[in-house]
Amino acid sequence: MSSNEQSKPKSGLFSKENRKLLADPFNMQNPVTVQVLGICSSLAITVKLQPAIVMGVSVLVVTAFSNLITSLLRNLIPNRIRIIVQLVVVAALVIVVDQILKAYVYDVSKQLSVFVGLIITNCILMGRIEAFALGNTPWKSFLDGIGNGAGYAVVLIVIAFIRELLGSGQLYGYQVVPADWYLNPETGTGFYSNNGMMLLPPMALIVVAIIIWVQRSKFKDLIEK
Amino acid sequence: MGELINIFIKSVFIENMIFAFFLGMCSYLAVSKTVKTALGLGVAVTFVLLITVPVNYLLDTRLLKAGAMAWIDPELAQYDLSFLSFIMFIAIIAAMVQLVEMVVERFAPALYNALGIFLPLIAVNCSILGAALFVQERGYQSLAEATVFGVGSGVGWMLAIVAVAAIRERLQYSHVPAPLRGLGITFIITGLMGMAFMGFMGIKL
Repeated sequence: MSSNEQSKPKSGLFSKENRKLLADPFNMQNPVTVQVLGICSSLAITVKLQPAIVMGVSVLVVTAFSNLITSLLRNLIPNRIRIIVQLVVVAALVIVVDQILKAYVYDVSKQLSVFVGLIITNCILMGRIEAFALGNTPWKSFLDGIGNGAGYAVVLIVIAFIRELLGSGQLYGYQVVPADWYLNPETGTGFYSNNGMMLLPPMALIVVAIIIWVQRSKFKDLIEK
Repeated sequence: MGELINIFIKSVFIENMIFAFFLGMCSYLAVSKTVKTALGLGVAVTFVLLITVPVNYLLDTRLLKAGAMAWIDPELAQYDLSFLSFIMFIAIIAAMVQLVEMVVERFAPALYNALGIFLPLIAVNCSILGAALFVQERGYQSLAEATVFGVGSGVGWMLAIVAVAAIRERLQYSHVPAPLRGLGITFIITGLMGMAFMGFMGIKL
């Protein structure tokens, strides 16, 4: 438990400091591209936008509430068994999310298959709980959870946008590349064809690498030595 | 027997945990700086998979599935506890990892120090829980099949992390564009290796 926890004067609900907690994970402290957390379950489901959005929102909900709950419990958890306590909190939340997904968006839940369960082992959750929620007040931890969940969701949606647009010419299931652009082998009209490579797993990694490249060229502080 | 060999080869090469599903990427990216520690972590992950996958398989088929408890008492057959599977699987995995940690600390202290924080973190390695969930979803028929799948996944994971660690050791002497250094280039290497592994997809088993 951090010692300076109570020493600061009380700050407003959305003070500058708290807004920073919410905004930092979008760019300078992004969980995926800077902190390297949560890659595991994120890449396999970014072929299309819809599952990526559902996954992003699920992770956001789980990070926010697991941070909140562990932060409320932080003075009661014995240090030695904290990992197991954290896992139980997270697993219980994921079960709730899984049941809700099965009830309301069954198709997407089938597409996500094992990856909903894998939110439990998403490194963002454990990373944020260990690094933040165990030493901070509930409200701050809640904001930190929302910020990091949203930072993760944004990266997921950007990857899925690129892959779905280039890979199948669609966005959220709707055709966006005009049908008469496509190369027709019989009449010889058109010039365009989908890049099937984008639908394959390895391209997800390359798209992330490109995002990292762009981000780090803009913000030189992030470059590794 | 032929079936088991098929499952093994499939889980090592064709459906490799890292190159096809990206499971266990966090520790894969963090520990793949030298071959020696990568090999140690690979062995530890394989060992944990060898234990947890069959245990979780038994748990699922004997206790959690719909009607799975019929062997205790026919009346219990009406219960379906499968919604509990996430929490049960992760509890088994966390307990097993604790056990492995104690064994490694006792018999291989050098490895224990080299792995450091990443040994307890095997508990949250996606590939371990992922393997348990894949076994549940794909419905493997017997304990032997599930075990072979678990070991195969572990060996595939080890293969991937050792190969990338070897490449990264060499990469230190090459001129990588500054913004790609470290994380970025590792992603690209993994992507390229993933493409190479896609070549195995043609194998008919």
